[in-house]
Amino acid sequence: MAELITLTVNGVAVRVLEGTTVAAAVAIAGQPFTRRSATGEPRAPLCGMGICFECRVRINGRADARSCQTLCRPGMEVRTDA
Amino acid sequence: MHKQSLACDVLVIGGGPAGIAAACCAAESAQRAILLDDNPALGGQIWRGKANSQATRWIDRARQAGVQIVGGAQVFAVSAREDRRTVLAQTETPEGLCTVQCERAILATGARERFLPFPGWTLRGVTGAGGLQALVKGGWPIAGKRVVVAGSGPLLPAVAAFLKTHGADVQLVAEQAPWSRLVNFGMGLALRPAVAMQALSLFPQLVGVPYHAGCHVTATHGARGALTAVTVRQGERTWQVDCDYLACGFNLVPNLELPVLLGCAVQDGFAAVNEWQESSQPGVYCAGELTGIGGLERSLIEGQIAGYAAAGEKGRQRARALFAQRRDLYTYAARLNHAFALGDALKTLASADTIVCRCEDARRAQLDEIAPGSWRAAKLHTRCGMGACQGRVCGPSLSFLYGWPIEATVSARPPLFPVRLETLAATGQQEPNQHETTGEKR
Repeated sequence: MAELITLTVNGVAVRVLEGTTVAAAVAIAGQPFTRRSATGEPRAPLCGMGICFECRVRINGRADARSCQTLCRPGMEVRTDA
Repeated sequence: MHKQSLACDVLVIGGGPAGIAAACCAAESAQRAILLDDNPALGGQIWRGKANSQATRWIDRARQAGVQIVGGAQVFAVSAREDRRTVLAQTETPEGLCTVQCERAILATGARERFLPFPGWTLRGVTGAGGLQALVKGGWPIAGKRVVVAGSGPLLPAVAAFLKTHGADVQLVAEQAPWSRLVNFGMGLALRPAVAMQALSLFPQLVGVPYHAGCHVTATHGARGALTAVTVRQGERTWQVDCDYLACGFNLVPNLELPVLLGCAVQDGFAAVNEWQESSQPGVYCAGELTGIGGLERSLIEGQIAGYAAAGEKGRQRARALFAQRRDLYTYAARLNHAFALGDALKTLASADTIVCRCEDARRAQLDEIAPGSWRAAKLHTRCGMGACQGRVCGPSLSFLYGWPIEATVSARPPLFPVRLETLAATGQQEPNQHETTGEKR
């Protein structure tokens, strides 16, 4: 059985199964968007495979991480930009 | 700053089926082989997520053969050394810079979905078709959500079946190719039992999901930045479908950045290779979807041929034994590409104010001003392709809209992906043996 992991998304704790991507955790946390575009539009993941960069978020203080290519780790701090 | 330097005989870049097969065959032919992949786990897109028995068999075989696997490694630069006999790849891993020097390289970087712009395609809920599948494999909550699957390709029914088994309420599959072409393709499938069986096995899962051919999405409707419905058209008929997600992709395009950066020739939109899967650059091989879209079986065969061929004379005998199988699969690929060729109606979907470059928010009207234009003109005048994705999304869509060759829209310049400054800085700390061949540059 996969273990449950707790991390935070915009300061709110969320529990996900081990193996869940950060992109999915953001959605599970009820945050609809990951970033704002050059002209201020809210955006959410598009390609799901690390190509489009729409899913980028701040992870543990590091900006522009592709959330669809990053697996959740216990205690991770995720911040969206939208 | 952590820095790792590796060396090997054969470096394989890309851990999908082609790359894994290539690494296996090279290592089994007494080559020191390293396999680099940018994903957290091996398997590429097709084997992403839950382990399937075929994937497990191949990955176990690679481990047993002694392949050194480096996961989570994003290759951001690759270059042929001055002696033209070795290739150097620079990658960023979670730990820092990792460089690999090799005698021969096998590129197996696979393909990505082609996206086409249409009104509202930047709303939340509009994703790729394979894209939504990949997100769900990563734990994205889809149960109970209403989904329209649209675009083109044999991937669409597979994605619809996958989503349905994960609890999604799939409203409709909209395939842009007309029935006449699909029927011809279906007849061809009958000649390939394995593929026909795969297609048939989808049917029970698709019961109750309408599959419309000659049908495409013309517009989306949203509220507060999120999708609420789509308008679809089939012939003269248009109607609206309420949905939470539109999973939409228009076939696949190869990830040509690495081969182009190494100077490999591209023909008809794919990396050109000889019978050994060797590119126009000696010692650089390409396998899998880089050389043509043909699915899993073809990728595995090409990977094996490349892996054996890169191992020298002895390996080439084993490679030759696989040529007949590969020839058979090429026929299937040609039929597939003909059946799902994109119709011209799709060129008119984006209106003047539709965003075409999602990184820079460049709009269709800006591109039309310079039409027919070129990729270079688009970059200079509209900033299209200048953002974080480096044109990986808008390049293939503009290639279709304006008729530019796909290879003309490849931005092959290091760093191929955004990397941390400390990683870039670490590349400047050259090792002693590099100074011998390059001299002091500054």
